[in-house]
Amino acid sequence: MNETNKTDSSRAYSSNGSGGGRTLFEKIWDKHIIKKIEGGPSVFYIDKHFIHEVTSPQAFTGLNNRGIRLFRPKQTVATADHNVPTLHQELPIKEELSRLQVEALKKNCAEHGVELYGLGHPFQGIVHVIGPELGITQPGMTIVCGDSHTSTHGAFGAIAFGIGTSEVEMVMATQCILQSKPKLMRIHIDGVLNKGVVSKDIILHIISKISASGATGYFVEYAGSTIRSLSMEARMTICNMSIEMGARGGMIAPDETTFNYIKGRKFAPHGEEWEKKLAYWKTLYSDANAKFDKEININAAEIEPMITYGTNPGMGIPVTGHIPSLSEVDEKEKASFEKSLRYMGLEPGMNIKGKKVDYVFIGSCTNSRIEDLRMVASFVKGKKKAVNVEVWVVPGSRQVEMQAREEGIDKIFEEAGFMLRQSGCSACLGMNEDKIPAGKYCVSTSNRNFEGRQGAGARTLLASPLTAAATAITGVVADVRELLN
Amino acid sequence: MQKLRIIKSRFVPLKIENVDTDQIIPARFLKATTKEGFGKNLFRDWRYENNDESKPKKDFVLNDPAYSGEILVAEKNYGCGSSREHAAWAIKDYGFHAVVSSFFADIFKNNALNNGVLPVQVSESFLQKIFGQGADSELTIDLDKQKIRIDNTGEEESFGISPYKKTCLMNGYDDIDYLISIKKDIEEFETKKQSENSKTYQSA
Repeated sequence: MNETNKTDSSRAYSSNGSGGGRTLFEKIWDKHIIKKIEGGPSVFYIDKHFIHEVTSPQAFTGLNNRGIRLFRPKQTVATADHNVPTLHQELPIKEELSRLQVEALKKNCAEHGVELYGLGHPFQGIVHVIGPELGITQPGMTIVCGDSHTSTHGAFGAIAFGIGTSEVEMVMATQCILQSKPKLMRIHIDGVLNKGVVSKDIILHIISKISASGATGYFVEYAGSTIRSLSMEARMTICNMSIEMGARGGMIAPDETTFNYIKGRKFAPHGEEWEKKLAYWKTLYSDANAKFDKEININAAEIEPMITYGTNPGMGIPVTGHIPSLSEVDEKEKASFEKSLRYMGLEPGMNIKGKKVDYVFIGSCTNSRIEDLRMVASFVKGKKKAVNVEVWVVPGSRQVEMQAREEGIDKIFEEAGFMLRQSGCSACLGMNEDKIPAGKYCVSTSNRNFEGRQGAGARTLLASPLTAAATAITGVVADVRELLN
Repeated sequence: MQKLRIIKSRFVPLKIENVDTDQIIPARFLKATTKEGFGKNLFRDWRYENNDESKPKKDFVLNDPAYSGEILVAEKNYGCGSSREHAAWAIKDYGFHAVVSSFFADIFKNNALNNGVLPVQVSESFLQKIFGQGADSELTIDLDKQKIRIDNTGEEESFGISPYKKTCLMNGYDDIDYLISIKKDIEEFETKKQSENSKTYQSA
């Protein structure tokens, strides 16, 4: 990896008619600024607002207290995902508070005229899975949601980022929020990926290099030949985890892969409108002379299957590597490092490969799309899970689940002893009953290994769907390359 | 929103880096539909053994009777992770009016500002000076002058804040009021965009 920092102070004001080239971010940003407040942020227009049950109720209450209606219901899409059970979704939700929250969403959406893909709806699913899947997410858009993984949608060449509930209320009230222009970073990844290395490994590698706070204050564009070679699902995995290095969001310039993915989807434009939009979408790339505040280059050949050992996503190593020994850790960071390993029940300097695990979770807005399930299925076909692990596969949406069943993936999972559940955020954050018990180890395809994230006391090791599948089969943290033909 | 100008108080030192919002308020407490009452679950799993309120963890600073005050002081990258505003609500509900750190995660910073909790970003060396003070030491944060002072030693440092946000906090204004006040501009913007591309802003 090498880095270049550019500290040209004029840069922050270089967009909008400065004559220089513009970045992908700036092309979209400039088109959505209504006005700039003197000495403050800009009024930023939002094209699409996704809402869900957890971060919207207080915002609806805010609207109601002000006696105003949701301003642009047709630009708002709702689903229930964070708090829903992943078994027996046809039955009433058992947990009372969860049920009340999901019911509140239903009531609020009905009152304010918002389309809701709630439990039982064929389009229900994790908000960052259904947006792209339905063709709602499109290049050039500005998209927000009260969820930090909204950065996922940036894979289509959109400006997409997570917001807090006060901001959810602002968008509900006015379709705008106040934003200051972030600094811009570009990460180039070039070259061919090694066998057994997938997009999750790319992003875990990047975060391990630049740390969990290394991109704070920046919006990141991912570029380079490796990125170009990736499918939309794989690109979404990378943009999804931008927030895990502190970035506001991540984005990738749209190309033929993007256009082919969108074409024909439920809410994609068609006919004359498609042609018109396509022509616009093709202008969405960073100009050759566009300037970034920081550029990072990564050689794809150096990336190995990755796994995390600690309690933030920056604490990642190649699966064949060892946890840093105390002498390898910066003096100032030692206390946090040791606290983290104590929580994880791991020792400095130890190898991670071969570590016995108890659970494997394949799901979350990072890795629960049909391509992820296909990848896992093609690896486990004809194999059986180890007796010491429980394996949960939680599809990102009803549509993913149906597609998996149609392709016979459910049978492969059944024979392998993997449990295919129903769609939702599930054990990524353990808000519903899908929790990893205290002290247990879980290799997870989700995005956060924070203390207690998957349940109080749960120990999370983040990895790719392939590494998770290999671990499920062997019962220990595995190097998938040794199991591939 | 309450007006904020000067905070003079003792502080609670939280000497941990990368404090994520899952620690500030664990996900299982996000099922509420109001903004109140999150303070009792602030840092829940760091505060109590096995989630049991009768078993406070003695080594966690919120349980140390020596420390109290309206200011929380934490190591770098405070508030990373999930965008949950519940984290800011919990901090406010517990009684903190300011959080001091050498580095804040973006979304948390915005959420704090939107709830009248002042994020004060100081240099790493000034942060360590604060940590070096005894439990009885007080800090004074003057929003108008944008200064934070260690009262015992008189050492002070300036901090940054957008002039717009400063005005909001000092006068108790909120962004939604402002945005509603310019709705005409927003509607004009939409009309203009729509004529540029007749379909762009229609529903998906």
